[in-house]
Amino acid sequence: MSRTGYARPLSLSILLVFLLLFATSCKQQVSTQGFMAEDAAQKVYVPPGKHDEFYAFLSGGFSGQLAVYGLPSGRLLRVVPVFSVNPENGYGFSEETKPLLMTSHGFVPWDDYHHPELSQTNGVPDGRWVFGNSNNTPRIARTDLRTFQTVEILEIPNSGGNHASPFVTPDTRYVVSATRFSVPVPQRDVPIQSYKENFKGTLNFISVDPNSGRMSLAFQIVVPGFNYDLAHCGRGPSYGWCFFTSYNTEQAHTLLEIRASQNDKDFIAAVNWQRAEQCLKEGKGQKWQTEYYHNVYDEERHAASSEVRREVTVLEASACPGVVFYLPTPKSPHGVDVDPTGEYIVGGGKLATVIPVHSFTKMQKAIAEKKFAGEVAGIPVLAYEATIAGEVEKPCLGPLHTEFDGQGFAYTSCFVSSEVVKWELGTWKVVDRVPTYYSVGHLLIPGGDSQKPWGKYLVAMNKITKDRYLPTGPELAQSAQLYDISGKKMKLLLDFPTVGEPHYAQALPAELIKDRVAKIYPIEKNNHTHAVKSEKDARVERRGNEVHVYMTVIRSHFTPDNIEGIQLGDTVYFHVTNLEQDWDIPHGFAVFGSENAELLIMPGETRTLKWEPKKVGVYPFYCTDFCSALHQEMQGYVRVSETGANVPLTYGTGK
Amino acid sequence: MSRVPTGPRACFVLAGLLPLVNFLMPLWGIRLYAPQYPEGISMYIWINRISGQVDLVNGLNHYIGMKPIDPSGIPELRWMPIALVTMSLWAWLVAAAANRLLALVWTSAYCLLGLVGLVDFYLWGYDYGHNLDPTAPIKIPGMTYQPPLIGTKNLLNFTAVSYPHVGGVALILAALCGLLGLWLFYRTPSGLRERNRIE
Repeated sequence: MSRTGYARPLSLSILLVFLLLFATSCKQQVSTQGFMAEDAAQKVYVPPGKHDEFYAFLSGGFSGQLAVYGLPSGRLLRVVPVFSVNPENGYGFSEETKPLLMTSHGFVPWDDYHHPELSQTNGVPDGRWVFGNSNNTPRIARTDLRTFQTVEILEIPNSGGNHASPFVTPDTRYVVSATRFSVPVPQRDVPIQSYKENFKGTLNFISVDPNSGRMSLAFQIVVPGFNYDLAHCGRGPSYGWCFFTSYNTEQAHTLLEIRASQNDKDFIAAVNWQRAEQCLKEGKGQKWQTEYYHNVYDEERHAASSEVRREVTVLEASACPGVVFYLPTPKSPHGVDVDPTGEYIVGGGKLATVIPVHSFTKMQKAIAEKKFAGEVAGIPVLAYEATIAGEVEKPCLGPLHTEFDGQGFAYTSCFVSSEVVKWELGTWKVVDRVPTYYSVGHLLIPGGDSQKPWGKYLVAMNKITKDRYLPTGPELAQSAQLYDISGKKMKLLLDFPTVGEPHYAQALPAELIKDRVAKIYPIEKNNHTHAVKSEKDARVERRGNEVHVYMTVIRSHFTPDNIEGIQLGDTVYFHVTNLEQDWDIPHGFAVFGSENAELLIMPGETRTLKWEPKKVGVYPFYCTDFCSALHQEMQGYVRVSETGANVPLTYGTGK
Repeated sequence: MSRVPTGPRACFVLAGLLPLVNFLMPLWGIRLYAPQYPEGISMYIWINRISGQVDLVNGLNHYIGMKPIDPSGIPELRWMPIALVTMSLWAWLVAAAANRLLALVWTSAYCLLGLVGLVDFYLWGYDYGHNLDPTAPIKIPGMTYQPPLIGTKNLLNFTAVSYPHVGGVALILAALCGLLGLWLFYRTPSGLRERNRIE
């Protein structure tokens, strides 16, 4: 009795202790998780009506457009049409914007936008323009960050797969680009088998006017026919140089996944563009006949125009010694990223087991001492050991791209092992790693490829989404992930879906843009050929079988809103001017049965919709952008009669 | 030449100078706020023009049938500059002549003119707010849209705020200067000349 009398309280108390321990441990777990989630939520929470800290520009990849996000909230602010038509606002459909998408192959309504690159001043993004490349039909676009409109598209001749593009020098003197798919240069009808003799690569230098931002193709350097994949330009000590990765130095033209993966090392092409300028001055360049389009949008004319260029300056790399050197880099390198100081050139050998880092100082020394390992088509190949500063050992699987935080650390995306590794410049030691969901491509750190990164956040852009969101059938949104990199350890804060497939992205503090953004287009500066600045001047004119409707819109009516005298066989141009001078009062214009798109017309802007009615009848048109309390009343009619009908041309509003 | 006190004369120099501020700054300001216009819409009444977002205000007003504000149809904008310059010159004449009767007439005329101006402004506001187009899309029985002369008033989704701007404040200050000058002139019961004699 007495034994059990003791034993019972003892066993009870032991049980109690266990229960208590279990309970506290459970509680601890929950509270830790709760704290973590709350902590992350607080870091990305931007209260209603408040602004984000950063603008982020994510390319749309196959969507062809540019998505503008706010960070850290991950809120989508706007999608800017760039390389693809956008029926939503008439981009590529209106007469004013069609010329932007003209190429030497005709009107190309779509492209594959890979890399947004912000213009820089003194090595730092300045918030003036964002350049973007189209990978399919080689072009470079410039989007103005005052209006968030695409204002220029330049076609790149002698190129195929404009992937290593558009990366800027620290002063935006040049935007560079290179061909990912080498092609016969100049293009001609040759057997594909003759790849090695006929196919060439070009490295292109596009100069940028410092005031207007206007681009012009300054020169092309002709190099051996490899696949030139990515690029970045030097800064500080390496100013005057740009670096391009290459793969397929095997020069395979079929089954590249095997045949282009044979060489142990491919190359980073180090290009001394100041030397190229010198050679061109010495007359070592050639003028080649070609054809490419240069399309420019004029903000005051509210219209784009195309010019066809027929000549390009070409420099054969072999004709200008010292202009190109090849740095051997392991296994089909993808990204090439220059650290903020300009000393280190990081290669992303996507099949390599190390991250190789070249030293610019060592490269200069190796060139001076002629430490060459060989030569390819007259281009010296430097010895790997002579240029390498260090290798990050066993970082991960499939390293692709590197960004920098300005605190001496580099962050590399690893596609195969689906993670981001943080490593230290100089010691080449991995200090942290975090998983991504899943298969990360590019990374973004605000200012992360510039001289002075703002750091703070990192965005991983993933190629595979799988189970991260509510499923939407076989086709899923691609996923971006926001990490806090302000501490020693990277912390995942947020997932957010993206538009299209973002490849690269860049971000900068909101202050650099938001106070300069245009709110309206001043009507007095509207120099559009068909603008009407007052309702009194609204009219309809017939010129043969072309009918021009000079129309105004203002809350909440069209002038004219009743038009008669249109006949079958006529081509009608609606030139619509929005007379509003008030922020955020666009008007829309849509006409029944139009095979064209609609128009969205910003305050003070003029847009033209071409319409070719095919049937007799009375067609309503209306405003598509809910503009006011009487938006539903904002409508009109066009009467279309038989060809040769006896209906006079009349028009008006309120008559 | 006899010595005259500088105080009252300085007051009238200032009373003549202050109205001229109106050639540099607006007389009156009107601000309109609405849910859709958190940043507000501004309109400024000068002695000879109306500035600010007048077109926008007109655009919005057409919904309630208010006639557009057309500066060319407001004759006050033509005679106000003349009236102000006249009053300024006259004020300086008072300062030069140091005549207290002249000062009394100036001050009375100036205050009367100010009063007439305010009544006139009120009547314009009444006219705009009441004479509405019967075919207006928005008609609310019993609703009128007279803007406040001074202060704040809610008109449908808008809150209208009306207040004297720098020019208006300068006009008020000029009146105070006139009154002060007048009081200084009259502080010595028998006027300036006698005061000079005493000294």
